[in-house]
Amino acid sequence: MTDAFLLRAALAGLGLAAAAGPLGCFVVWRRMAYFGDATAHAAILGVALALATDLPLFWGTLAVALAMAAAVSALAGRGQAIDTSLGVLAHSALAFGLVAVSFLPTVRADLTAFLFGDILAVSRRDLLFVWGGAAAVLGLLAWRWSGLLTATLSEDLAQAAGIDPGRERLVLTLALALVVALALKVVGALLIAAMLIIPAAAARGLARTPEAMAALAVAAGAAAVAAGLSVSLALDTPAGPSIVASAAVLFALSLPFRVSRSGRGG
Amino acid sequence: MTLIAAEDLAVRYGARTVLDGVTLAVEPGEIVTIVGPNGSGKSTLLRALLGTLRPARGRVVRAPGLRVGYVPQRLALDDRMPMTARRFLSLPHRRSPAEVAAALGRTGVARLADRQMSGLSGGEFQRVLLARALMGAPQLLMLDEPTQGLDQSGQAAFYRLIEEVRRDTGAAVLLVSHDLHVVMSASDRVICVNGHICCQGTPLAVGAAPEYRALFGLGTGGALALYRHAHDHSHDPGDRRDHVRGDDHDRRPTDAGGRAGGAARPASGGAAGRTAETAIPAGDEGG
Repeated sequence: MTDAFLLRAALAGLGLAAAAGPLGCFVVWRRMAYFGDATAHAAILGVALALATDLPLFWGTLAVALAMAAAVSALAGRGQAIDTSLGVLAHSALAFGLVAVSFLPTVRADLTAFLFGDILAVSRRDLLFVWGGAAAVLGLLAWRWSGLLTATLSEDLAQAAGIDPGRERLVLTLALALVVALALKVVGALLIAAMLIIPAAAARGLARTPEAMAALAVAAGAAAVAAGLSVSLALDTPAGPSIVASAAVLFALSLPFRVSRSGRGG
Repeated sequence: MTLIAAEDLAVRYGARTVLDGVTLAVEPGEIVTIVGPNGSGKSTLLRALLGTLRPARGRVVRAPGLRVGYVPQRLALDDRMPMTARRFLSLPHRRSPAEVAAALGRTGVARLADRQMSGLSGGEFQRVLLARALMGAPQLLMLDEPTQGLDQSGQAAFYRLIEEVRRDTGAAVLLVSHDLHVVMSASDRVICVNGHICCQGTPLAVGAAPEYRALFGLGTGGALALYRHAHDHSHDPGDRRDHVRGDDHDRRPTDAGGRAGGAARPASGGAAGRTAETAIPAGDEGG
């Protein structure tokens, strides 16, 4: 089958869309966009680590993404203005990662695959990791859904109901690291945050409840994967960026259909 | 039986002591209003009672199995999260449609069930928050500045609603108010907090006096009342939470008293030059 690689690419993309949809909603609700960026950028450092130590790529990426997500989460937990420290962390992780990868002569040519993804080269094994990771993220979010939503609205409200906001933050941190690790192969380190935010933003306008927004974000992500792969095949464009560009077009198309906030103005 | 009580409570943020020596109790069916200047620790007191802050000293005693309904001061709910009022009432626990409808009906916002929370007016939003707090038939309602951002008639309407809820459900109400002097007239007790309990007592019924009618505007239906502070101490002038310098803490009662023909005499707490007070145990005044 000449189309087997395309099928695998589509399945990998759908797995990412399934996990990134609901998680992306929390990224949007909690204003964690930069948080996602920092974690994703650290993935390149994870790649270098994995290659240097002969660890599987997935685990190396996951370990570094987890460390970065935990560091950023701890900073955010202090409640200070963390723009600067986040910027320092995100970009230095990316820079150090790129420098570290350059020391590994065999990978040098493949660097673009880690920056922009290589979805058309997804193997059966990769697919297993993507869907395993996506299932773990979805399971985690479904299990903690109510607590996560409440803690997102108000930490006081959550604590008054016996929910520990710190634990919910940890759940999101873990889910984010997982998504970064599984998305690296699909859209690459530079565009992972885009797959979190853009489908969720596109879904926002059409949804009336948090659950509907999460489901619509998955649908928007899946549609973007399908459209992006088609475009990539037809026009020979890079697949990862084509998927993100399709998601952006979907977002633009969603704008006229925004559900009005209320019957009245204001 | 006492629903909730604080015994010699102290709360610290790092090295800073925000609350010290606070002793109070809320009895079933009682309406207690906590007032205090900005940064006085009144919201901190509510959080410590809720159990979301660990006290540095003292303890909080709750009646066994106490059911608390909580209205937080702020919600991170803006246009980014779609949320209908109906869905909001099922957070964090799934509630039956009948229970949701009943609570929205009780707070007078049944027609808003399918509206987006981010599109509600301030008063509507507070009513939906109160409806959520009523889920699970609480014995005690804790409200953190529920009338912030409402105008005087909105405040009065919300206070009347709380009174109705108390009458219908028998729930006790512990309310933090941002206004130092104008409180809910149905308050059984007002507690003034400024790092410790400064004074407490009943609000002054002023509904009949035309001067107060003019002051509060018409149509508040007697829901608002004045609280006359009776401090028997002042704070160290160097204290950050100084009574004298605490914005309008001691200025406004004088104005109100003047306009009301002396019905509310100026609180004594602001008298500058008094001996610095640091050691008077809280709760010793009228408690």
